[in-house]
Amino acid sequence: MVREAISELGLPEIEVHTHEIVTEDDARDAGFIGSPTILIDGADLVPAAAEEQIGLSCRVYRRRDGRISPTPDPDDLREALERAARAEVNR
Amino acid sequence: MSLTIGDTAPDFQLNDTEGGTWSATGSSATVLVFTCNHCPYALAWHDRIAEVARDYAERGVRVLAINANDAERYPRDSFEAMKDRVGREDWPMPYLHDATQEVARAYDAKVTPDVFVLDGERRLRYRGAPDSDYDDPRAGAVWLREALDAVLRGEEPARAETKPVGCSIKWKS
Repeated sequence: MVREAISELGLPEIEVHTHEIVTEDDARDAGFIGSPTILIDGADLVPAAAEEQIGLSCRVYRRRDGRISPTPDPDDLREALERAARAEVNR
Repeated sequence: MSLTIGDTAPDFQLNDTEGGTWSATGSSATVLVFTCNHCPYALAWHDRIAEVARDYAERGVRVLAINANDAERYPRDSFEAMKDRVGREDWPMPYLHDATQEVARAYDAKVTPDVFVLDGERRLRYRGAPDSDYDDPRAGAVWLREALDAVLRGEEPARAETKPVGCSIKWKS
């Protein structure tokens, strides 16, 4: 999903790193609240709600139209990538 | 050993959040949905399954939602959390707790949601996903509905098995 959005936006300068969280210890060490978690320049694409618990789980996202989904809204992702690209240019 | 279509499914006795006890017998068709509170796939499909429970109740179909997830590692799937959720939402079906996970194991349930349709003689007639797309509410749990329509006509569902899609059931270690 992330690579697809980067390709659609024509932002090849954005690098994608994947990190597999396998154990509960991994989750604890990384502060991982579920899969998939997308960090852009270290910040969670969708900041975690206070009640989120650390552990191996699926994340619950809400699309812009209110639907519950296992993945973030594609528009949220695209906008965050564009912001990151602009920030990189301005550095 | 996993169940195959046409097998007699295991019976069980499980309690729901309201103090009722339920089994897999006693209806012209019974739908078992292994589900939970925290899985996005289960949540995405929930309203469609609830609509099936409402739409088919008058035709003698009973829909039973069953949560088998390990509540120790996933507190959001605890019995208390189940009761809270049923209290907050409009549930047209009982929400059963499989605390020992014996029922989920007996059915070889894999994910949430994992749907099983049993006929009046407790034979497995459909197993799989509610429909083809968790992301599209318009899909309307059509695979489940088609299976129920066939069972209520006394026929074999044309599509008896599909791949269940969702989060893995959280087994106790």
